[in-house]
Amino acid sequence: MRRRLPEWFLLLLPAIIIIAAVVLIPLIFSLYSSFTPYKLTRPSTLWKWIGFRNYERILEDWKFWAAFGRTVLVLTIALNLEMLLGLGIALLVNKVTWGQRTLRTILMFPMMFSPILVGFQFKFIFNDNVGLVNNVLQSTGLSDAALPWLVDGKLALFSILFAEIWMSTSVFAILILAGLFAMPRDPLEAAKVDGCTPWQSFRHITLPFLMPFIFIAMTIRSLDVARAYDIVQIMTGGGPARRTELIWTLMARTGYVDAKMGLANAMGYVSILLSIAFTVYFFKKLSAARAQLGMTG
Amino acid sequence: MTEVTLNNVVKRYGAQQAVHGISLDIADGEFVVLVGPSGCGKSTTLRMIAGLEDITDGEVAIGGRVVNDLPPRERNISMVFQNYALYPHMDVRENLGFSLKIAKRPQAEIDQAVREAAVILGLEDLMDRKPAALSGGQRQRVAMGRAIVRHPDVFLFDEPLSNLDAKLRTQMRVEIKKLHQKVGNTIIYVTHDQVEAMTLADRIVLMRDGHIVQVGTPLELFNAPVNTFVATFIGSPPMNLVDGEVTNAGMIRLTDGQEIPVPSAARAGVSVGQKVQLGFRADNLSPVGHGVFEDGEAAELDLAVSLSEPLGTETLLFAELAGIEVQGKMLNPRPVSPGERMTFRLTLGKAHVFDADSTNAIRSN
Ligand SMILES: Nc1ncnc2c1ncn2[C@@H]1O[C@H](COP(=O)(O)OP(=O)(O)O)[C@@H](O)[C@H]1O
Ligand SMILES: [Mg+2]
Repeated sequence: MRRRLPEWFLLLLPAIIIIAAVVLIPLIFSLYSSFTPYKLTRPSTLWKWIGFRNYERILEDWKFWAAFGRTVLVLTIALNLEMLLGLGIALLVNKVTWGQRTLRTILMFPMMFSPILVGFQFKFIFNDNVGLVNNVLQSTGLSDAALPWLVDGKLALFSILFAEIWMSTSVFAILILAGLFAMPRDPLEAAKVDGCTPWQSFRHITLPFLMPFIFIAMTIRSLDVARAYDIVQIMTGGGPARRTELIWTLMARTGYVDAKMGLANAMGYVSILLSIAFTVYFFKKLSAARAQLGMTG
Repeated sequence: MTEVTLNNVVKRYGAQQAVHGISLDIADGEFVVLVGPSGCGKSTTLRMIAGLEDITDGEVAIGGRVVNDLPPRERNISMVFQNYALYPHMDVRENLGFSLKIAKRPQAEIDQAVREAAVILGLEDLMDRKPAALSGGQRQRVAMGRAIVRHPDVFLFDEPLSNLDAKLRTQMRVEIKKLHQKVGNTIIYVTHDQVEAMTLADRIVLMRDGHIVQVGTPLELFNAPVNTFVATFIGSPPMNLVDGEVTNAGMIRLTDGQEIPVPSAARAGVSVGQKVQLGFRADNLSPVGHGVFEDGEAAELDLAVSLSEPLGTETLLFAELAGIEVQGKMLNPRPVSPGERMTFRLTLGKAHVFDADSTNAIRSN
């Protein structure tokens, strides 16, 4: 009789096959191709091994470093602003005693939209001719001329940040709100009796308790900031003149427009390192904050 | 001098009233225990004194100053919470020193005060631990230490021992009493445990349903309960209560026809035909030859023992009297077999009579 495969393996096999096909194979393929001069227009280039040449080219390319720096900047500004805004919103919602459920649901709305829709929405809002912002500015007399929201380099970066923050602040708000709900009331009362003003209670009791929740949100967000590609691509496409170019738009341009897939994949792996660095950093912070609260294990 | 005065204090939650106009004068340095069944409004009262709960009506004064509108931090009180309420992210040292740090006291003074509290409560070896790494008893001590470092005018305790096991509870009870003797501050202490109330209090305030039922020293409540609620709440085992009716011969006829003389202390207060409850403690119902009997009024009862609980120096006996299970105490105990009939002596000089309708105690004076 033929030896049968163990049952658990048979049962897991479909999942293993799907994961291999969808995740593993593309991952290995892209890693491999980052060591080739693979061009979409010339498939045969896939078989030529060039070692770390792509990576060397990236490291010497100022356009890449400009996009890299801008990406770190955008991430830093976005995460910090989202955290502050989310904290503020969560504290306000926590104070509300009536209609809190509804408010919590409304908070989730931005998370329900696909980033592409959000991109289009803000592309319209910030449009210099027909956009909402310019219309309001001009009809209230705050500005005479139409501001080039998506064309001027600095303004365009601001507009993108605005859209990104609009979409993702609720991640922070909801996680921090969960933290506020989980917070024991007793230590706050003890702090009141111990002489704390409301601000001191917040600073010394509430905030340390919320830190793990804030870092969970940071970790999640730093894992999924790659979504920013959609918004940037739709709103400015990295332009004008590469002034809003982030790693992800640069990568897509290199891969699909210039058809240099091997090079683009190499950039992808560098940007994954960036993402991992952010994630590891926040995860460390999270562990430290949890240890502070005695929540080990 | 820090006396605490409550004047007609009311607490309403929406339509529901939790505290119905409580008035109380607490002297400087007095140890007052608010006791009563759970839900009777003890915590609410304490929290109104602390400033953690708004006062719906009436007045609370601490040290002669009305504090109704002052936040907790301006009342100079300390509070120990049932769940200890330690700051989870601070170690023991920081927990103890937090209030002084907030008050911006010099570091040297904080260190000094923290060290003193740690010595008083035996916390020296735990100073660098977080609350999560402490046992229940240790957390309890940190909570108390945090309360004493500030030298407040008044200590407030809300069921501080109810999360501890029985042995630790007894031990901490002693420590709290010693603490009070050492620091001498006014203490208001909330508990649902009558043993804690009896052992700790200078004065007990017994509450029910948001009202004060009786205020007095532990012995006053034990020896002269104003009604059957106090009689059964204070003391262990609870006071026996037997239904009966007053006859024209100055006797109480129990439901089974047996008659017991009306205790002389109540004789002038009862009227013929009145439905009453005769109350007596287990200590005053003992088998002949096995009790401490004082001369004076007594009744002899022939009862069948249904159950005996030997406690060592004494044995608790359960028997039925007029359809009600009563408990008696046997000193110098000998083994008793279930069903055994014994002659009991009921010391009427220590017995109480309550009106069956109002449940109030009937006394002659
Ligand atoms: N925040 C609140 N909202 C509504 N009712 C409350 C609140 N806090 C306490 N109560 C009610 O007030 C009464 C007294 O409560 P409490 O003072 O906590 O009793 P206890 O004597 O057990 O400490 C209870 O009936 C309780 O249900
Ligand atoms: Mg309570």
